[in-house]
Amino acid sequence: MGRLNVNLSGLKLDNPIIPASGTFGYGYEFTEFYDINILGSFSCKGTTLDSRFGNPLPRIAECERGMINSVGLQNPGLEKVINEEFVKLRKVFNKKIIANISGFSIEEYIECAKAMDKENIVGIIEVNISCPNVNHGGMSFGTDPKQAYEITKAVKEVTNKPVYIKLTPNVTDIVSIAKACEDAGADGISMINTLLGSRIDIRTRKPIIHNIMGGFSGPAIKPVAIRMVYQVYEAVNIPIIGIGGISCAEDVIEMMLAGATAVQVGAENLVNPYVCMEIIENLEKLMDELNIDNLKDIIGEAH
Amino acid sequence: MKKITTYKIKSNIQLNPLIYKMILIGDTSWIKKPGQFMEITVKDAYLKRPISICDYNEKELTIIYKVVGKGTKYMSTLKKNDSLESLIGLGNGFDLSLLKEQLLLIGGGVGIPPLYSVCKEALKLNKKPIVLLGFRTLEDTYYIEEFKKLNVDVYVSSDDGSIGEKGNVVDLMKKHNFNDYDYCTCGPLKMMESVYNNSKGHGLLSFEARMGCGFGACMGCSTKTKNGYKRICKEGPILDSEELLWED
Repeated sequence: MGRLNVNLSGLKLDNPIIPASGTFGYGYEFTEFYDINILGSFSCKGTTLDSRFGNPLPRIAECERGMINSVGLQNPGLEKVINEEFVKLRKVFNKKIIANISGFSIEEYIECAKAMDKENIVGIIEVNISCPNVNHGGMSFGTDPKQAYEITKAVKEVTNKPVYIKLTPNVTDIVSIAKACEDAGADGISMINTLLGSRIDIRTRKPIIHNIMGGFSGPAIKPVAIRMVYQVYEAVNIPIIGIGGISCAEDVIEMMLAGATAVQVGAENLVNPYVCMEIIENLEKLMDELNIDNLKDIIGEAH
Repeated sequence: MKKITTYKIKSNIQLNPLIYKMILIGDTSWIKKPGQFMEITVKDAYLKRPISICDYNEKELTIIYKVVGKGTKYMSTLKKNDSLESLIGLGNGFDLSLLKEQLLLIGGGVGIPPLYSVCKEALKLNKKPIVLLGFRTLEDTYYIEEFKKLNVDVYVSSDDGSIGEKGNVVDLMKKHNFNDYDYCTCGPLKMMESVYNNSKGHGLLSFEARMGCGFGACMGCSTKTKNGYKRICKEGPILDSEELLWED
């Protein structure tokens, strides 16, 4: 067993580095930069039952150490993702992926989960109940413990694969949502999705983003993510994938100390396409420096 | 091949109050067609800045940029021998083989630079480019002489008539009966839409967008076309007039 190995509900990862959904396409955009098989896994672009074009442009606004996006779950729809994107992906990636699914009704989540359950390439189903960029469904399911419970239960009933629920930070009490997911049988929690944000252009005096608001991500949100992972780790007994502002090996260690078993790297992939490779390369050296023999040993050690 | 690389700055000079020209020494082997772009790393900014290539040879490339925010402001402070990091290998470029021999190169404001290498490429392919350049006013002008030195016909318009013919590039098209010609264009969206609406020719249009990554990963710049969605950064920035919907 390598020093970097971690285990997510039975899915053994060579290392805890996972590109986050929506920042890595279906993987092959990154094959020009490095061999993506070095990754622990990756979470593919959010999939909905029907194809979605997403929101009007502009969808991107820069912020201090971060960015706002309002892509709005652009994807070719469940059937094409499985029959086209996964087929292409298999040629460049020989590990299991995390299938990120989203929807506008419980039925839609169920349909997506059923289909992903049949795919050998899928190691974990990640249920996105936290997209801030769609009007109905999306984040609204993730802001109410009762709805989070119902979706988790419904998805668990149709798949034998591990189910991770991706939570939004745009709530008063994220612990109650995480607990509801655990009570409903969730195998793990992915957290956090983006923070709702907005930017205004002082020259045009109008919002930069067409939809006015979008999801704020990047290194600037890391303290929020660390805080929430820390809180949820205290309250649940299922693994957490820590997400939010990870941009270097030091951040990975910090997130794991807070309670994460693995991490997802999001926005940073867009500004430095090599970042996941660099983190993996740097991790062992940093572990030596910090006297960490095995990464698994530090999960939640800050508590 | 896409990669992050570092250039050495050969020169960085001001062409007019807001427009700068920078010559960079380094890898140019990635440039296959005029109209491709690079994403430049700027100090204290999270995202890189997409800038199109104005001119290139085996050893150097030229970019022309307008100072509009803190990123381009930072670029304007760089000096000879400073280094500049950039993600390269981006964008599809203009495929001139799609256009007839006689073609218009229509540029507006800060959209003009890529058309300079388009012009050189067109001449190399024995095409007959005619250049139409639109500015707001005399103070905004640049590169008119450089185009003229390529021995092509150059028509200039300005909104206030302070240089060239009063009006815009579409007025030039109409006045000189260029409406049937094929064209390459880059400039403000409204200008390009007007060019499209007033031309019977086949066109290649270079679009600008607020980008996240610049290499197709984030879907931040996807636009709807008749052939499905296209990412301005990856399938673009040059789109074909026959696929445009003008919805956004």
